[in-house]
Amino acid sequence: MDSAQWLPVVFLGLMGLAMLAYVVLDGYDLGVGIMLESATDEDKDTMVSSIGPFWDANETWLVLGIGVLLVAFPMAHGAILTALYLPVAVMLFGLILRGVAFDFRAKVNAHRKPLWNRLFCVGSILASFAQGLMLGLYITGLQYTAATLSFGVLTGLCLCAGYVLLGSTWILMKAEGRLQQQAVGWARRSLWVTALGIVAISAATPMVSERIFDKWFSLPNFFLLLPIPIATAVLFFAIDRALRRLPTRLAQGNEYGVWVPFACAVGIFLLAFYGLAYSLFPYLVVNRIDIWQAASSPESLMIILIGAAFVLPAIIGYTVFAYRVFWGKAQELTYY
Amino acid sequence: MLDLDPILLARAQFAANITFHILFPTITISLGWVLLFFKLRYNATQHPKWIEAYKFWVKVFALSFALGVVSGVTMSFQFGTNWPGFMETVGNIAGPLLAYEVLTAFFMEATFLAIMLFGMNRVSNRVHTMATLLVAVGTTLSAFWILVLNSWMQTPAGFEMIDGKAHAVDWLAIIFNPSFPYRLVHMLLASGLTVAFLIAGVSAYRWLRGDRTESVGAAMKTGVYMGAVLIPLQILAGDLHGLNTLKHQPAKVAAMEGVWETARGVPVLLFAIPDEKNRTNHAEVGIPKLASLILTHELDGEIKGLNEFVGKHPPVAPVFWAFRIMVGVGVLMLLVSWIGAWQIKRHHAPAPWLARVLIAMSFSGWVATVAGWYVTEIGRQPYLVYGVMKTAEAASRVPAGMIATTFFMYLAVYVALTVAYVSVVFYLARRAGETAPQVTPPSIKPLSQGAANG
Repeated sequence: MDSAQWLPVVFLGLMGLAMLAYVVLDGYDLGVGIMLESATDEDKDTMVSSIGPFWDANETWLVLGIGVLLVAFPMAHGAILTALYLPVAVMLFGLILRGVAFDFRAKVNAHRKPLWNRLFCVGSILASFAQGLMLGLYITGLQYTAATLSFGVLTGLCLCAGYVLLGSTWILMKAEGRLQQQAVGWARRSLWVTALGIVAISAATPMVSERIFDKWFSLPNFFLLLPIPIATAVLFFAIDRALRRLPTRLAQGNEYGVWVPFACAVGIFLLAFYGLAYSLFPYLVVNRIDIWQAASSPESLMIILIGAAFVLPAIIGYTVFAYRVFWGKAQELTYY
Repeated sequence: MLDLDPILLARAQFAANITFHILFPTITISLGWVLLFFKLRYNATQHPKWIEAYKFWVKVFALSFALGVVSGVTMSFQFGTNWPGFMETVGNIAGPLLAYEVLTAFFMEATFLAIMLFGMNRVSNRVHTMATLLVAVGTTLSAFWILVLNSWMQTPAGFEMIDGKAHAVDWLAIIFNPSFPYRLVHMLLASGLTVAFLIAGVSAYRWLRGDRTESVGAAMKTGVYMGAVLIPLQILAGDLHGLNTLKHQPAKVAAMEGVWETARGVPVLLFAIPDEKNRTNHAEVGIPKLASLILTHELDGEIKGLNEFVGKHPPVAPVFWAFRIMVGVGVLMLLVSWIGAWQIKRHHAPAPWLARVLIAMSFSGWVATVAGWYVTEIGRQPYLVYGVMKTAEAASRVPAGMIATTFFMYLAVYVALTVAYVSVVFYLARRAGETAPQVTPPSIKPLSQGAANG
């Protein structure tokens, strides 16, 4: 097959993988950040410790995702990011605040620490909301009308809830005692707002384009795809059940199944992402720019692919190594 | 708002971001290697002063790294938002180079930084030293790839234009383009000098405040000696880089020297006020024939003037002045580091007046580096990719009002963060002095335990 045909598909896959990795991984970081101000001062340190060793590499997946969009589909990168100029700026502002707050809160004079904690939280909220807003605007075809904007606000709020779900279930695994109990409460409250977001997006995408509607609701596609929403619903109820049981179990010092809510939350994000990708393929901008129109020259894509084939396994290898090093309950982060 | 030029705004915004960004990699590229040096000295001697120096400077490293990351993420978006035409025209070249930077450097730095910062009591000493090495390699690799791209924009090679788009023909020619080796060496040395003076300055600050622990002395000696060794190398590298620029971008050199008319036996101007409107200089103070001697190695060598490149040369005054600031700081660095090295060799400590000078020069590397980047980047104008595409052709279609709003937001954030960074570095220095242990610190215990486990 002609490389100009299949290379863009490979790179779309690579970009999707990077974006998915970013949403799940930095999603739990941002979720922890959103809830930071709701914890006691001592627990704040534990919360930050639980994500401190990971956030930087997690955010790098965003650079890779945007980087692949930039280098593999330069035309779409320009079109999408210029259309989303202001939300992107808000997100970057949020990510800057959150990123530097990690270090400043630990290094400044003690009386300044509350300020940096607040900036940490504000930065996380701004970045999460802006990402959700961008998602909403992107799905609805990058147009600014009252309807698309209110939809964007809804997806913005729901993505914040989704990240809180990831973040609080992450804390569930990494913390102990009072903070762990508190995290159960945060997870339960965010669970159904997350579900609302997924329902809203699932309802909106087929309405935006007839092509997407047909992809889902024509036969036999409808029955073949039915497992996706069913599995998603099952995962939601599994989290709900686990969260109902955990408080008593944790009070008895029993950690059994403490990882279940986080694993199911990741599963929900995977399925939602898959559904969205299925809807949009092969378009980068809904019904306007497809991946072949936007792709760079095959010889340039090939040189990146060769590099990626060698380097990505190494990245995954040492990422696994780092997670093993910092496995288990979060400890106080000291530089020695 | 309506009369604001979107190209000017896009340039100002990008310049603000890249200026803020470069401050921090300039520190981390070399500080990573200095940390490895401290760590290896500790491994070899088991003297606690080295691990104390490590533990102090690793905090500065972490802070610098975080600021570099967040401003770098911002840049990965601004490539597309501010210069959509750039990637559309030369994306086939720039894309793979940026992708290799992300793939080979960013993940490695970020992942091993976590082990380097927080893993000392979780991994063996050997793995921790290895993590320190990999972070240093990562920051340097990152510099390698981004300087390949930057140099290619200055001296493009190894490509052909098909239908207005650049296509790669020879990747080795692209990577090792004519100005790349010079720029890489010049930038790595700039980073080394920035870190040398930062370490010397902050250590002198602790020293003057009465913090006379051995680790402060060891760090100060490291910083001053490092500066004294690197500055002559940098002057040599800068000279070679200048000759390379003369060959490939004569208009830039003419602007740096403030030469309007092509002439022989051109003087070096110590001071002048370039007047672009009348295409002449005012209030010139110069040393006869020296520019010809430096650039052509002949007293009567010919230097092409700006008037040969009308419409194709950069704005003169900023390039002219930035060049003088860079060279001025370099000369100051030479004097201070050599006097400092001499004093430390003779008396094992700098004189108080010199310690004060060192404190004042803590961030002098930033001034020289940013001035140097302004020379080379403004000096490339009006081109974005020299001789291939002009900056104006790549500019954004985003309305000027939007760029202006975000520009002031970014500017406010960057100024606030730079102030916060500098004050936190000195605050860390004060705090380290207050808590400095008088005897062997107990905190090295986890490390030896780790070593036993590994």
